[in-house]
Amino acid sequence: METVKEQKTTSKNNKTIKISGAEAIIHCLLAEGVDLIYGYPGGAIMPVYDELYKFQDKLTHILTRHEQGATHAAQGYARVSGKVGVAMATSGPGATNLVTGLADAQIDSTPMVCITGQVPRHLLGTDAFQETDIIGISTPVTKWNYQVTRAEEIPEILAKAFYIARSGRPGPVLVDITKNAQFDELDFTYEACTGVRSYNPYPKVDVNQLKAAADLINSAKKPFIVFGQGVILGEAEEQLKKVIEKTGIPAAWTILGVAALDSEHPLNVGMVGMHGNYAPNVLTNECDVLIAIGMRFDDRVTGNLDSYAKQAKIIHFDIDPAEINKNVPTDVAVLGNAKESLEALIPLLNNNKHTDWHNVFKEKYQLEYSTVIEKDIHPTKEKLTMGEVIEQINVASNNSAVIVSDVGQHQMIACRYAKFNQTKSNITSGGLGTMGFALPAAIGAKMGAMNREVVAIIGDGGYQMTIQELGVIFQHNVPVKIIVLNNDHLGMVRQWQELFFDKRYASTVMVNPDFVKIAEGYHIKSKRVSERSELKSTIEEMLASKDPYFLEVKVEKEDNVFPMIPSGASVSEVRLK
Amino acid sequence: MENNWYTISVYSENNVGLLNRISGIFLKRHINIEALNVSKSEINSVSKFTIVVNTTEKWVQNIVGQIEKQVEVIKAFYHNDEEIIYQESALFKIKSDLLFDERNIQNIIKENNSQIVTVARDFFVISKSGKREEINKMHDQLEPYGIMQFVRSGRIAVSKAEMRISSLLEEFQHN
Repeated sequence: METVKEQKTTSKNNKTIKISGAEAIIHCLLAEGVDLIYGYPGGAIMPVYDELYKFQDKLTHILTRHEQGATHAAQGYARVSGKVGVAMATSGPGATNLVTGLADAQIDSTPMVCITGQVPRHLLGTDAFQETDIIGISTPVTKWNYQVTRAEEIPEILAKAFYIARSGRPGPVLVDITKNAQFDELDFTYEACTGVRSYNPYPKVDVNQLKAAADLINSAKKPFIVFGQGVILGEAEEQLKKVIEKTGIPAAWTILGVAALDSEHPLNVGMVGMHGNYAPNVLTNECDVLIAIGMRFDDRVTGNLDSYAKQAKIIHFDIDPAEINKNVPTDVAVLGNAKESLEALIPLLNNNKHTDWHNVFKEKYQLEYSTVIEKDIHPTKEKLTMGEVIEQINVASNNSAVIVSDVGQHQMIACRYAKFNQTKSNITSGGLGTMGFALPAAIGAKMGAMNREVVAIIGDGGYQMTIQELGVIFQHNVPVKIIVLNNDHLGMVRQWQELFFDKRYASTVMVNPDFVKIAEGYHIKSKRVSERSELKSTIEEMLASKDPYFLEVKVEKEDNVFPMIPSGASVSEVRLK
Repeated sequence: MENNWYTISVYSENNVGLLNRISGIFLKRHINIEALNVSKSEINSVSKFTIVVNTTEKWVQNIVGQIEKQVEVIKAFYHNDEEIIYQESALFKIKSDLLFDERNIQNIIKENNSQIVTVARDFFVISKSGKREEINKMHDQLEPYGIMQFVRSGRIAVSKAEMRISSLLEEFQHN
């Protein structure tokens, strides 16, 4: 317990009250500003649920239909609101069902606190009913975790949990609380955590590194910016825009960074990576200075590292020192929060225009438009395409919707073609690629941004992984708009089988149920579209609905997503067909 | 890049579960821990892990970055063998008869600068501290006579260069 005592603390609340550990948990959540949690009750967490019952006017608990749904809903909530998402579960299977969501939040840097019940202290290590070592299991997929076995630990540990989850590079934290600690009483006071001795979440921006970065940028002839979610997490959207506009540098995004810059911004040159745009991928290997901001050079972004931007000087802005030189050797590394770093960088930058260089991007875009994009979003063939559905959402929502996508072809199409005019709008499972993410995440996203339109784009495969969360949408009348792009296949795997496994479609053909009837079973307004003539009006009807709405769109079964960098190939080998 | 021996020194809070968190970083990268020692450090209430690995410098940098990222880790360093003073300890349990019957045993103890820790009716115990090769050499010399039990510790090491943990802790506190 040494570390807890060593916290630097402020906002001391001296009022001490004698309450149970379970009630203390509620007071901690309220003190952290939590008003909404997702979870599922069970034996080892029952004392907390009993308190939730008493505090239901202050703290809403949403009963998801599976604990995995609770984590993804908490993630969706966190990603749109910037606040910490909270999920709760019982011990044993309740806790193990959180693991996928924890892993997803860990790799996508999403702030989340999971609270699990645990068997009483005296039963630990006895293979008791629903006992599982969730601390051991969750260690590799959490930023921090801790097992509370005494009631008096609760306030300090939960304060620390929220602080760690949201500070620095955010991430998931799991606190496992034994049942005796929930029942026992403690003298409760709450002190928010403002620091942990061994933990340095905000490295100081080094002025010399900033100057070195500015010098490189100012003398570059073909500079290129790639930004990621670090810009959104660091709330540096304005600063990014200023950097781009002052220097005239074309900027591309990773799929988690997309909404940080308006899709219509003239210097926005699209998406990098495996199914990203042609120009930014090819020109990665032609730029002379590559400025990476809040991104981590994931393999889906870089392709083969041996032929990634070898000609360029690399400048890397990141808050996490472990990301520097991890995948791509850096010439200048600027550690720190993106907002602070970019704010300090702007005065050091020269006003510039890189018109000729920017024109190269535009020319390559035209090539991609005529070979790929036009056919995707304005198809002339009979069957509907995923791309035209996304395009219709852009038109009908005026680029203002929150798009929550699942994993697969539809995700890549959604990320490629959805347009955004505000930040925190593209919610998807980027790093982990968790099928089943979108439906529960859309519930969380809607509840985290009730004034915004939230549209879930899901494939017929992933939809059936968490389809039971329709129960939450029905029970709480959460007005999310759900679109299933149904091609009766696990489309992305099928695409790989077509291209790299001689069309041996092993287990990728789906025989699907009547999705409309299922939604109707949950009393959700539903419709199926398979004709182009109905698409526009149905999407308009869907977006106009004040209630939840389910739309199944029957799309071409064997479409492929292009451009594509084959696995292990170089970014310059991106294929247009 | 070629493999080399590296000693990783980790200064951390003394917490249940941190060892699991750190060993997981090696597991995930399929890198074997060749030796591990956990002890208190020169700073009150700060623990020190000493971990020996045989890998490339690129991987050891990656691992140290990931270790340092853990909330309860204050700082991690890595050094090659030239940059540290290091040793290991070993205990040999030998039948007592041999001490009297085999004159050479006493020579081995002397030549290797080892110490007799205890002598009982049935056995005696020799302790030897030094580099891995020195301990191995003594092991090889004793083996023909029969070793009842043998154990060797993980590496302990201090760096030739300064490790500025106290000032680092102060910096963290004032950030």
